[in-house]
Amino acid sequence: MTRRHFNLGVAGLILAAALLPLILGTFATTLLNYIGIATLVALGLVLLTGSGGMTSFGQGAFVGIGAYTSAYLTITFQLSPWIGLIAALAITAIVAAAIGYATLHLGGHYLPITTIAWGLAIYLLFGNFEAFGRHGGLTHIPPIGLFGFQLERMDQIYYLIWGTVFGAMLAAVNLLQSREGRAIRALRGGGVLVGSLGVDAFRSKLALFVISALLAAVAGWLYAHMQRFISPSTFDLRSGIEYLLMAVLGGAGYVSGALIGAVVVILAKNWLQDLLPLLTSNSGNLETITFGLLFILLLQYSPEGVVPLVLRRVRSKPGTVSAGPSDPALPYRELPARGSQLLKVEGITKKFGGLTAVDGVSFAVDVGTILALIGPNGAGKSTTFNLIAGVLEPTSGKVVFSGQDITGTPQRTIAALGLARTFQHVKLRSSMSVLENVMLGAYLRTDAGFVKGALRLDKEDAVVREIALRALTDVGLIDRALEPAGSLALGQQRLVEIARSLAADPVLIMLDEPAAGLRHGEKQALSELLQGMRARGVTILLVEHDMPFLMGLADRVVVLDFGRKIAEGLPAEIRANAKVQEAYLGGVA
Amino acid sequence: MDFDIAMLVTQDGISNGAIYAMMALGMVLIFNSTRIIFVPFGDLAAYAALTLGFFQLHQRPGTIWLVLVLSLVAFAIEATELVLRKATRRIWRPAFHWLALPCLPSAIALIVPADLPLAAQSALAVAIVLPIGPLLYRIIYRPVANASVLLLLTVSVALHFALSGVALLCFGPEGLRTQAFLESNLDVGQFSISSQMLMMVIAAAALSAALYFFFDRTVAGKALKATAMNRTGARLVGIRTHSAGATAFLIATAIAAITGVLISPTTTFYYDTGFMTGLKGFVGATFGGFVGYPAAVLGALVIGVIESVSSFYASALKEVIVFGSIIPIVLLRWLAAGSATPSDEVEEA
Repeated sequence: MTRRHFNLGVAGLILAAALLPLILGTFATTLLNYIGIATLVALGLVLLTGSGGMTSFGQGAFVGIGAYTSAYLTITFQLSPWIGLIAALAITAIVAAAIGYATLHLGGHYLPITTIAWGLAIYLLFGNFEAFGRHGGLTHIPPIGLFGFQLERMDQIYYLIWGTVFGAMLAAVNLLQSREGRAIRALRGGGVLVGSLGVDAFRSKLALFVISALLAAVAGWLYAHMQRFISPSTFDLRSGIEYLLMAVLGGAGYVSGALIGAVVVILAKNWLQDLLPLLTSNSGNLETITFGLLFILLLQYSPEGVVPLVLRRVRSKPGTVSAGPSDPALPYRELPARGSQLLKVEGITKKFGGLTAVDGVSFAVDVGTILALIGPNGAGKSTTFNLIAGVLEPTSGKVVFSGQDITGTPQRTIAALGLARTFQHVKLRSSMSVLENVMLGAYLRTDAGFVKGALRLDKEDAVVREIALRALTDVGLIDRALEPAGSLALGQQRLVEIARSLAADPVLIMLDEPAAGLRHGEKQALSELLQGMRARGVTILLVEHDMPFLMGLADRVVVLDFGRKIAEGLPAEIRANAKVQEAYLGGVA
Repeated sequence: MDFDIAMLVTQDGISNGAIYAMMALGMVLIFNSTRIIFVPFGDLAAYAALTLGFFQLHQRPGTIWLVLVLSLVAFAIEATELVLRKATRRIWRPAFHWLALPCLPSAIALIVPADLPLAAQSALAVAIVLPIGPLLYRIIYRPVANASVLLLLTVSVALHFALSGVALLCFGPEGLRTQAFLESNLDVGQFSISSQMLMMVIAAAALSAALYFFFDRTVAGKALKATAMNRTGARLVGIRTHSAGATAFLIATAIAAITGVLISPTTTFYYDTGFMTGLKGFVGATFGGFVGYPAAVLGALVIGVIESVSSFYASALKEVIVFGSIIPIVLLRWLAAGSATPSDEVEEA
């Protein structure tokens, strides 16, 4: 399927959608309106859950805040529904930001747990306010006026609803492919990677949480002014769970999943409501049971949803790309002068409980040189890396980078100073393409935010893409650029990590076992690449086991054993050092 | 609020808190053994209470049929697996474990006369509900036992919906309240403490001590804990992870059923009462970080007191305040813990 075919398909779909109310009766149009409104909420969950890895059962409450705010203002003060919308968005944003601020710090399962509780609290609140008509709700909500028209009938508001849905879906697709969108998609699977790229994970999560709440609020606003009356029960926990069901059923990893999930769930509900009364008199209960069981079966057999099942059948092989001829137009960082000291580690110690993983290690790296950190397994090399990069905080000791004391500084601050790194256990986002993984590396080099991303106004992103393509050419993986990163062999994944570090335009690059899993030719190419970087003035810190690879490359070698430094010197000196031989080969008894 | 009222409110809070503590303990027990946040825990308590209520009305509770259906499904799954592995000779084992044993109390309930003494009715109600937890684990959770906590939680929420529909089907929409076990009150100075409440508090305290001891001091408890932390690793060292999960569900269901029966004389149970009660226990467990037993009990007691204080001042908003309190609770926990630790670092494969 080419891009042209895709565009034609979308255009056809929009045209068909525009004609539908003319053909369908009021009942079917009403159903479509419900589907459109639900799609907006499910879209928020696709962003939140499928992309950001956070689950919320409480979206129904945000729909309610949007609906009640606008309904109350338009009824009580006769304000325009458009002012109601602005107020609804503002209040939802404040509430979501407050809830998010309190709960998003907690990782893993905490957030979804809390969403159940506050979702219930907000829902119960609606039924307890005199001004909100308590459990009876609010009636006589005015219709929305647009260009002098009152959108009173279902087939009139239909266009507003579906225009909003398509606009929101388009913005979501753009956002996910933008700078912030890539960072959001990288959130899943842990904070160490995104931190090392300079992403403020908490800020990204909070922004995403608020965006998904705002989508829910818009849905609530549309619902209130379409239905013209609202009552609390529409916004209960059950509704929140149904929205999540839609996102999961459609495919939380795909924007189209929101639409498909909403269609399937609402049509199925409608169908069950027609069918079950024929079978039993207890149809209300059976509907709940059937729904619960269908949801469970779906989670057991296809936790990824419907869309990937379809995509697997139609998706063709990814194409290829190549880097452009010209040098990318982003300014390079000014590298410090040669001969000065770039990194100084002073007596750092790290204790995990009773175990001392790193014990008073000191060394320094000069600008434009390659220092190798070697030692037997468990010597504390990777821990030392993590202490420098800010993943771990040293128990004692000091790390100075570019003249600044960075001891105990968060990863992203250190990344902003120009440190890029790879990981011993490769950290790539396997479902994102190789190219996107590398583009993540350049996160700090541009600054377009969420709005620019959603509206496709980030002109610099094309340059970032060019930089990433160039980095991939340098590591010899340009042919695989559009494949999912998870499909590469481990050694090649390490190269992708190196390309990602290159894209960051680093002052200091730290590579944890870069040559592991590479073939001879690949090692040679890597060695040449690193030498080229050194020649440009980039400083390199390596952990490596492959001695022949190191001996031709490193300027200095530091040897660790059981957390202590046992030797430091030129590669040849280290090779001759008796202590080092003892550490590696065992002592001569 | 003068002293007398303060004492009354506190007493009320502690007696509610004790109920939430039992809920919290059961949920933490299941979470610690299986990583499942068992949202429908309170539903099981309601099943037990309503089953007892039906016995007292001299009616057959629908839970009997529920157990039968679940047993048949579980047995069918086990039998299919045996057939696929061509090991049909061993079919008596699932027939006994998953069919005969779970259905035994229900079968007894069908035979015995309707006017049993209260104690026997209570015991029977607990026994009927007891297999439901392990059966649900076998049917619903075991196929996805290796999935992420989030997926398991989503399954739990869906399961709660199905179970609340089942409850409505089995027991109808009317509320039930059972006869009290102990009518006497204990007089301490000018205050009178109901024996029912005292029993709940003692039960919660004893249970949390027992669970704490079991998980931190015994090999079996540590094995359960290890199963939750790393299933593959646990299996490698010889822990039978599936039976560990079923055991945890059995113990937890016992806690739920006993709690339901104990509080049924003081609380009017509707088909959906259990969920709200369970959820409050769950907020309490969150307060305790969802891992520590004493902390969960403390959290649940705090929730109980918050609830009774808020029902004194603003009774209409009491539920709003109780569930809304989760926000300050997690914020406090986060502030107390200092910077967030990367403990949930889960890398994609």
